[in-house]
Amino acid sequence: MTVIKTADEAKQDRAYLQSLTELLYQLADDDFIISFRGSEWLGLAPHIEEDVSFSSITQNTMGHAVLYYQLLEELGEGEADILAHDRSSEKRRNAVYLEKKNGEGDYIEEPYYDWALTVIRQYLYETFKKVKLEALLQSSYVPLADTAQKVLMEQTYHLAHWKTWVRQLQDSTDEAKSRLQFRIEEAWDEFLDVLELGPEAKEMEKHQLIVSEEELQQQWLADVKDTLTYIPDKPLQKTNGSGRNGEHTEDLTQALNTLNEVYEMDKNAVW
Amino acid sequence: MYNFVEHGGKETSTINEDPVKYEQFMKRIEAGEKIEADDWMPEEYRQTLIKLISMHGISEIMGALPEKEWTPKAPTLKRKLGIMAKVQDEMGHGQLLLRVAEDLIKPYGKQREDLMNDLLTGDLKFHNVFHMETRTWADAGVVGWLVDGAAIISQTNMLDASYGPYQRALQRICAEEVFHAQHGEAIIMELAEGTEQQRNMLQDAVNRWWPALLMFFGPDSASTTGSSKQEVTTKYKIRKSSNEELRQAFLDKYLPRVFSLGLTIPDETLRYDEEKEYWIYQQPDWNEFKKIISNNGPRSKERIRLREISYEKNRWVRQALAPAPAYS
Repeated sequence: MTVIKTADEAKQDRAYLQSLTELLYQLADDDFIISFRGSEWLGLAPHIEEDVSFSSITQNTMGHAVLYYQLLEELGEGEADILAHDRSSEKRRNAVYLEKKNGEGDYIEEPYYDWALTVIRQYLYETFKKVKLEALLQSSYVPLADTAQKVLMEQTYHLAHWKTWVRQLQDSTDEAKSRLQFRIEEAWDEFLDVLELGPEAKEMEKHQLIVSEEELQQQWLADVKDTLTYIPDKPLQKTNGSGRNGEHTEDLTQALNTLNEVYEMDKNAVW
Repeated sequence: MYNFVEHGGKETSTINEDPVKYEQFMKRIEAGEKIEADDWMPEEYRQTLIKLISMHGISEIMGALPEKEWTPKAPTLKRKLGIMAKVQDEMGHGQLLLRVAEDLIKPYGKQREDLMNDLLTGDLKFHNVFHMETRTWADAGVVGWLVDGAAIISQTNMLDASYGPYQRALQRICAEEVFHAQHGEAIIMELAEGTEQQRNMLQDAVNRWWPALLMFFGPDSASTTGSSKQEVTTKYKIRKSSNEELRQAFLDKYLPRVFSLGLTIPDETLRYDEEKEYWIYQQPDWNEFKKIISNNGPRSKERIRLREISYEKNRWVRQALAPAPAYS
């Protein structure tokens, strides 16, 4: 296997660089947007202890996004802050499911957020994130493998946290069970997008940046089946589009308009 | 972040205590001993602590909300990480303090949920500064820099408080607040040295926050707002300095910094009296203060509404987590 140790080396091979940047955008944008949704929850979680843990996870996750944006910066994609704040919706590579609003309402006024959506989304996402990170430990791009190692140190606890929530709720009241099932059904219609690597998937595998989509998906499904007591009897889909192809919803526009608000006041200013 | 502000309530000093136990208790306090949760304590002491600490705790939690408005909007990745860490700390302080308060209310058969309910009914107040609007990103900076700066001064005053569990919680809280103030100062510095728009935004925020910052330390004496717990908290060695001494310490520390950044204070009468060695300033409107802490401030209703929504929307989660059979 060819090992690429630095950004400069990666830049020598145009095809390699293209696959690598595509993969990094997916990793960065996924963590960035789910962390944004997490930050909207602050002060609204079911109890104070959860507010403390969830905001810690959210903060760590933003830190992970920063690591990936920095790798992109090293590869000549532009400053990390610009990549995070100043790319239009169609340039974003996060999965559509992750941009979905936490519920009705606005995070400042009347936020009718749904904890069942958050528990299911965070659990499914963190389960996949772990599968992906473990695959990335073997990545041909050494700076990415090193980053995956760093992220895994924190991420293990994030997954454990959401797994605990799933286990507690799915074994409790009928209402909790049915709320969770509703969100699992919904996830099955949308989650495929998260599980995909986009148009460069084959190239990524060829360059040994990451394993194949099939391998990742199988591992994810096995892990999920280990924990969830309810698994829908239908194929996984991406009914709201493919974020890996730059297809996005109004929910992403809302997110970008919010997270950009101050940045947009003066892009050249130092904040 | 918080400062204890009296808001009326049950008078407890008339309760008859066992004089022998009371004397022993006061001897311990005088000797600088720490009182622990299971120790005997006079009713007045317990009630004062409950008010102080539950209000402190709930203020930390309500205090995360004004900054939360700017957390998703922080303009750079560094600022996003900074403000996320800060609001998480505030929630953590709230949790730490509510645990301390829970031990104190236990003899009354009360628990955390009662405190949260008291917030929703208006029986448990939260600090005046967290009823205020955070209109721009500069407000997020001012909250970190000056509000947390004020909090450090008022909490440092209680670092040797006679109640052990509170005193220990404050050690950690104060250490973290120092980082918050630095985080706030970093935001302020960029704005102060930035574009005209940024400087104007900052000055506007300072102008709007000034009265709330003066109010932060509470009235000088009971005569200003009708009641004050200063004397009781001092008697039991919970605090050292008076409200006015703390306010003067704040002005001493921060006014030179404010002026050195080229900012002004919206008070033409503000000056330092060299002879008497204190700041002369325009009193804030203490009637407005009373109005604010009675949940009639600029954003009181909206902030409490957030807690209400969270309480309602998550009812099913509480029921699911409760030991079976589950009740609300």
